[in-house]
Amino acid sequence: MDFFEIGLSHYLTLAAVLFTIGVFGMFLNRKNVIVILMSIELMLLAVNINFVAFSAYLNDLTGQVFTMFILTVAAAEAAIGLAILVAFFRNKGSIAVEDISSMKG
Amino acid sequence: MIDFNLIPVLPEIFLSLIGMGLLIVGVTQGNVSTRVLCWASAAGLAVSGLILLSVGWDTRSVLNGMFIMDKFAGFMKLLIIIGLIASLALSVRYLLQEGIERFEFPILVLLAGVGMMMMVSANNLLALYMGLELQSLALYVLAAFHRNSMRSSEAGIKYFLLGALSSGMLLFGMSLIYGFTGSVDFEVIGKTLGGLDRIPFGVTFGLVFMLAGLAFKVSAVPFHMWTPDVYQGAPTAVTALFAIVPKVAAMGLLMRLLFEPFMAAQDQWVQIIYFLSLMSMFLGAFAGIAQDNIKRLLAYSSIGNMGYALIGVVAGTAVGAGSVVLYLFIYMIMTAGVFAVVMCMRRQGLAVYKISDLAGLSHHAPGLAYAMAILMFSMSGIPPAAGFFGKLAVFNAAVAQEYYVLATLGVLTSVVAAYYYLRVIKVMFFDEPVDAFDGPQPFARRMVLFVSILFVLGFAIKPSVFVASSMNAASVLFAG
Repeated sequence: MDFFEIGLSHYLTLAAVLFTIGVFGMFLNRKNVIVILMSIELMLLAVNINFVAFSAYLNDLTGQVFTMFILTVAAAEAAIGLAILVAFFRNKGSIAVEDISSMKG
Repeated sequence: MIDFNLIPVLPEIFLSLIGMGLLIVGVTQGNVSTRVLCWASAAGLAVSGLILLSVGWDTRSVLNGMFIMDKFAGFMKLLIIIGLIASLALSVRYLLQEGIERFEFPILVLLAGVGMMMMVSANNLLALYMGLELQSLALYVLAAFHRNSMRSSEAGIKYFLLGALSSGMLLFGMSLIYGFTGSVDFEVIGKTLGGLDRIPFGVTFGLVFMLAGLAFKVSAVPFHMWTPDVYQGAPTAVTALFAIVPKVAAMGLLMRLLFEPFMAAQDQWVQIIYFLSLMSMFLGAFAGIAQDNIKRLLAYSSIGNMGYALIGVVAGTAVGAGSVVLYLFIYMIMTAGVFAVVMCMRRQGLAVYKISDLAGLSHHAPGLAYAMAILMFSMSGIPPAAGFFGKLAVFNAAVAQEYYVLATLGVLTSVVAAYYYLRVIKVMFFDEPVDAFDGPQPFARRMVLFVSILFVLGFAIKPSVFVASSMNAASVLFAG
């Protein structure tokens, strides 16, 4: 029953699916910027799954070290994103995606 | 063998320490110290440049091969430092005029600078990622620096969201490359790929994702959407920084990545870069025509200029890489001068950004008008200004590799783009004069403008100096 054994390709497929959901979440979502931040987080976590899966497969620790760095940077990134969002909310009184459109052309 | 030699990293270490030290000063002294901190940061950058010149530019890799110092990295870092000093010098009075003189500004610029210097010295995917994120996180905050302005915070959000998306794509690409080559080290990746008959599909896939992520950072079409909005919304001091420095760092990173580890996959990436270059030139030329805001115009101009620079990357030779370095060098100094003029555009204490606001500048401030005219001639690539030599170098490199179509289209789009550069000159000299700008201009701004003009005009006297040093710097990428 090879089919049911969880191998590298299963992890890679999962990561690719999660990453795609993240990208689509960014572009299809027309409501709220917070959802976009969640989509970004989802993309980064998909990448982490990739790295850990490859790390286990290659029997090489570098991938897991990389994951630790990504987690840290993702936290910093989310903090900065939320801070900018707060600044925007103070000026505009809304964080709807359709309101982020004062500049065009 | 473990090498604990930290000498090649000294400029970065010094800059980080200065940044943290000035942060303490800023926190204890408050916003009144902004002016002093700006000049102290500029001085710190200058010292770090001197350290850079004295550490020796022979090829050496330290920190377990994560960090490489060679002539290319040294030259690019020198450009980055010059650009940062110029943008800090431009910012001091601007921050005061706009009422945003908060002490975080110079410190964020310094930290972004450390990130950019890490980027051009990265010899490992992890180092590349850390450098890129340090730069990006500082720049996200800078874009939203005018936090009471709706446009600035909107620019910050747009830049952040698209920047985070590009980081995600870059990382996804990196994870695939790590998986399919078994290493994150540039040398090992290069050796692994060099030993294969054909490049595995996974690596190509990863490379495409990485290039998409990096194309965001150099604002190449079709990943340019953020550029006009961010340039328009961000405070002009920050726009100047965005236009001058991160492009140099991102192009340096892109060149090292493509010419060192991924040289074996040249057939794969050449098509992508070709497409990016062509689209950027076209969009930069045609979309710029309809703009009436000078900052948006400069955004499209920078998109187009990145397209020209990418022509040299497509050529894929040492001469091509050297021409890109030369192009970036010239572009950087020209752009610093242009932004010095844009910052002079103020009436009754308010900044104005319409191109029509420049009308009659030759009447009120002939010096400024002639300076801008020289810069615009240079931007559109009219000899004997420096901009001509940059374009000549990249087109030459492309023709030498028989990319005739790309070079021809490059020349044609630069003719189209000349329209909007020359329109600025026409408005300044021949349109009905409107009110004069506030004066007098601060010393630092005039100084940046003066140096920029001097470079643009003086380049033709002895171009071989700059050409030779750029070529020499880029040649190490093809040494091994």
